[in-house]
Amino acid sequence: MQTAKLQAGHVHMVFTRDGKSTPVLDDISLEVADGEFVCLLGPSGCGKSTLLSTMAGFLSPTSGEIKIDSEVVHGPDPRRIFVFQERGVFPWLTVEGNIAFGLFHLPAAERRQRVAHYVKMVGLEGFEKAYPPALSGGMKQRLEVARALAVNPDMLFLDEPFGALDSITRLVMRGELLRIWEAERKTIIFVTHDIDEAVQLADRVVVMSARPATIQQIVNIDIPHPRDISSPRYLELRDGIFQQIGLAHKI
Amino acid sequence: MNSLVEPKKWEKFFWPMLTTAVFLALWHYSVVWTATKIFPSPLDVKKGIAELIHKNVLWGDIIDSLRRVAIGFGAAAVIGIPLGLILGWYPAANKVVNPVLQILRPISPIAWIPVAIILLGVGDHAATSLIFVGALFPIIVASVDGVSNVPSVFRLAGRNFGLGPARLLTRVVFPAALPKIIVGLRIALGIAWLVVVAAEMIAVDSGLGYLVIDSRNSGKRYDLVVAAMLIIGLIGLILDSCFRWLEKIKSVRWGFRDES
Amino acid sequence: MIVRLRPIALIAVLLLLWQFAVTRNPLHILPTPWEVVKGIGDLLQHGLLLKYMVASLFRVTWGFVLAVLLAVPLGLIIGWNRRANMAFNPVLQLLRPISPLAWIPLSILWFGVGDFAAIFLIFLGCFFPLLFTAINAVRGIPAVYINAGRNFGLSSRALVSRVLFPAVIPQLIIGMRITLGVGWLVVVAAEMIAVSSGLGFLIVDARNAGNRYDLVVAGMVIIGLIGLLLDMGMRSLEHLKSLRWSYSED
Repeated sequence: MQTAKLQAGHVHMVFTRDGKSTPVLDDISLEVADGEFVCLLGPSGCGKSTLLSTMAGFLSPTSGEIKIDSEVVHGPDPRRIFVFQERGVFPWLTVEGNIAFGLFHLPAAERRQRVAHYVKMVGLEGFEKAYPPALSGGMKQRLEVARALAVNPDMLFLDEPFGALDSITRLVMRGELLRIWEAERKTIIFVTHDIDEAVQLADRVVVMSARPATIQQIVNIDIPHPRDISSPRYLELRDGIFQQIGLAHKI
Repeated sequence: MNSLVEPKKWEKFFWPMLTTAVFLALWHYSVVWTATKIFPSPLDVKKGIAELIHKNVLWGDIIDSLRRVAIGFGAAAVIGIPLGLILGWYPAANKVVNPVLQILRPISPIAWIPVAIILLGVGDHAATSLIFVGALFPIIVASVDGVSNVPSVFRLAGRNFGLGPARLLTRVVFPAALPKIIVGLRIALGIAWLVVVAAEMIAVDSGLGYLVIDSRNSGKRYDLVVAAMLIIGLIGLILDSCFRWLEKIKSVRWGFRDES
Repeated sequence: MIVRLRPIALIAVLLLLWQFAVTRNPLHILPTPWEVVKGIGDLLQHGLLLKYMVASLFRVTWGFVLAVLLAVPLGLIIGWNRRANMAFNPVLQLLRPISPLAWIPLSILWFGVGDFAAIFLIFLGCFFPLLFTAINAVRGIPAVYINAGRNFGLSSRALVSRVLFPAVIPQLIIGMRITLGVGWLVVVAAEMIAVSSGLGFLIVDARNAGNRYDLVVAGMVIIGLIGLLLDMGMRSLEHLKSLRWSYSED
């Protein structure tokens, strides 16, 4: 059995502000295999974004440790890129400029090649010289994914990346993300509060409780892609999670 | 915004021309009707400008004023922007320096004139130092403001891609703060232009400000006084427009989405 | 606690440097900090300080109030009415960069040397910034507010008093604070040139009638302090609760 790509061991996170401590993460232990697509699912504010930031190295856990490739995580690293919602895109750079952002150590010719490749991959041809204010929300999100992929990271962390998009664009973007994932097979950890989104995308769904967050359940989604969202197995898994979280079925 | 009838395109030229024409007419006729011997009419002013150009005085004065502004403002930018960037980047340093800045800021550059004259004597250096002092504070304040308001996502993303502190400052923090810095520069330039005129009225003997005072003192040439005033206004307007044009450049325009 | 002392420490260090630099200089023209303090005491004793402060504040108040009374309504109208904006904007943009000081010869011509000339200059210095603040404030009102007002059937008059005014007041107050500061700058300059009392005059006079540079710098310090107090006073206005809606974070 291969060593897991990412190992979180007994991670606790307590925020202290003005003398008051708020526990946010409570004894989180989790393993993610190489090339896996894992969703962290939970209500807003439960701490899943905090967990993701800790995994990416932006925060240090109060206790416990995160290991990636068996090395303890000390800080952010280009081998694991965090994708924010489209607000992470740099507005003073063009589409090309953004994608080339992390490639400053490459020679110019190779940089241009890579940029062209990823522009095509996310479907932004024709917009190379455009600036972000001219792009729609979905296009900006794609730009941010392209920027992340251009540096060829091992892992991608996505924090509710489609949250600011309308529901139709969201469906389209989910398909795009899966397409890219199947082409490049990065390890992806994806935070969302949308149960359907989690079941549609992930290999495993980590259901998290409200703050202080613990792992309530890990659900294995054993349906092969492309997933039929009206298939009985899909509905079964989805309803199971609904019940886990304790939500009523009828509105 | 409230007139529900959309103004036509020609109106954009019509209305200002109308008001200017009315204004000039009022000016002209009030001079004629009061039969004043001193206050110039618009035509007198026009002749005054021609005379200044003819005597080769005007260009020299304009260049003198612009030169002082260029040096004083340039120095303020070169020192103020990096200083502001550092203070904005290290809030601890800012907490220490800020009170000093807040105390010095309300002291008008004009009030510094005596000190400048004491230290540097009457002349170019005094004027340029005054412009420097006047322009410095808005630039520092704007730079600090620009840096402290860089959204943390940008810094986090920069670190994520492996940028060291130097690259982070030049490739993320500076471009992100640039719109606010440019606004600060524009305001500082406006102040510099006001200060140069004031300084030239008191501390030197060339330049547009001096022209205003001198025209009155040596011969009550109010036509030249008004001519000089209008030229001051015009050049100030041109300088401001240059900066507003800068603000429209695409890699900076994103920061001005809400400005009219 | 120690952190709070740091800015004070910096000021103390700067004062010491000042003292040191002056005493080292053989010419000893600039006063030392201590001499400045004594100078302030001197002025207080002779009753000059109070008299001059009152004179300067008097002129600032008049010039500022006149500017507010004229610039705010005018600015609101120009900002509201697109045609008015088109008509007046070019002329205003041309007049704006002309320093109030450049108006001195004209103001002396019209008003002679004295209070009126000074007040006129202060008025000019305050008028343009306030005018443009009012114009921008009106043009910046989100269309949703206007539409909501119309939707609820407000008459034009009611629209102005119940939507326009409350919407622009926060920005106007900030503009007034900044403009008061400008007015304070102009009064000092105007007094240096055009009148024979006031803090600006004090500075010029102290130098001309005897090279009393300690009084010169004392005057500057007091000018700075009063400017700071005026600014702080206006800031406290901004904190009034009913006006705070626009300051989501300060």
